[in-house]
Amino acid sequence: MDITVLGKGCSRCGSTIQRIEREAAELGVPVHITKITDEIEIIKNGIMTTPAVMIDGKIVHSGGIPSIEDVHTWLNK
Amino acid sequence: MLELFTNFADWTAYSLFSLEKGTKLADAVHFFIEDTTKIFLLLALMIYIIGFGRSFVSPEKVRVWLTGKSRFTGYVLAALLGALTPFCSCSSVPLFIAFLSAGIPLGVTMAFLITSPLVNEVAVVLLGEALGWKFTFAYVGTGIGLGIMGGFITDALKLNKWVEPYVWDIKMPAPQNADEARGWGWREKYARSEAIDIIKRVWLYVLIGVGLGAGLHGYVPQEWFLEHAGADNLFAVPLAVLMGIPLYSNATGIIPVAEVLLNKGVPVGTILAFIMSIVAISLPELLILRKVLKPQMLIFFVVFLFLAFIGVGYSFNIIFGG
Repeated sequence: MDITVLGKGCSRCGSTIQRIEREAAELGVPVHITKITDEIEIIKNGIMTTPAVMIDGKIVHSGGIPSIEDVHTWLNK
Repeated sequence: MLELFTNFADWTAYSLFSLEKGTKLADAVHFFIEDTTKIFLLLALMIYIIGFGRSFVSPEKVRVWLTGKSRFTGYVLAALLGALTPFCSCSSVPLFIAFLSAGIPLGVTMAFLITSPLVNEVAVVLLGEALGWKFTFAYVGTGIGLGIMGGFITDALKLNKWVEPYVWDIKMPAPQNADEARGWGWREKYARSEAIDIIKRVWLYVLIGVGLGAGLHGYVPQEWFLEHAGADNLFAVPLAVLMGIPLYSNATGIIPVAEVLLNKGVPVGTILAFIMSIVAISLPELLILRKVLKPQMLIFFVVFLFLAFIGVGYSFNIIFGG
């Protein structure tokens, strides 16, 4: 599964990536995480608050660390 | 209800640690325990309640609400919404571009960017606890007022020329917040995770701040403060603001210290000016904004806040000095 995490690289972005990686490992779902840190790129994806998460080009979350429940929902799709 | 914390601190300091009441060490330990327990409980409770309300106001919604408003309405609304809507400082650039690309004037955008870090729920809760609600309202009102003023001046001086030119050409799709359409269960969870997340990020600052406060409370005599930062020292306000610039902390670390300063007789204007300077002028944040703002604009921004905080300090000292 290809997941994109968008954010300049503050501690919240790091926590978001860690959380996705940990939950994916736990559920045994192989994920490939791409980071977008350039703010102009972030904006062009229609994102205004970070960290944000995109799956298959669709914004599923923005403006904070996603909840574990949300991460599970994405991974189980 | 607040005696609960005093009683708990009494018990810990005098019974559990068997410290002798009235000694400097006992005083400092008592202060530390009473303050940390009170602050953590209040913070958790208030962030949860406020977080629930805040799940209705996202920066994406603020952008929509501000689009197409007249300038005057824009400044006031932007500053008010800035007080209600926090954003992680690493979102400042996307947020800035998103506002401008929606046609929101630069001044209105600045009003939001000035007020948002100054007035936030953590600062309000801690100030209310430390300095009382009268000063907290004064602080919130001033924070919103400074946002409106900063925005108005930005447009009056036509500072658009100090925005990096490429910013005006960026086209962005209407920003989405996937969480907006969600129900009550999600809002409750959001509030809970917000409370946990904020406590996790600030607990160390609280301990350091209260520890510093406890040290000052127990060991530095009142005369020292009155001599150096009392109402008679006219330079105390600008010095406090100047000292606040390189000190980068969030409100959590500094407000417990402020409480001690107030008890030691430092005038409230000097204290609020110091807090505002620490919270609002942070060099890392300015460096992030450099990507969209020319150096002249950053200098204008710092000079405006510097002078404004000095003005706030002197006026509060006169108004509340009696």
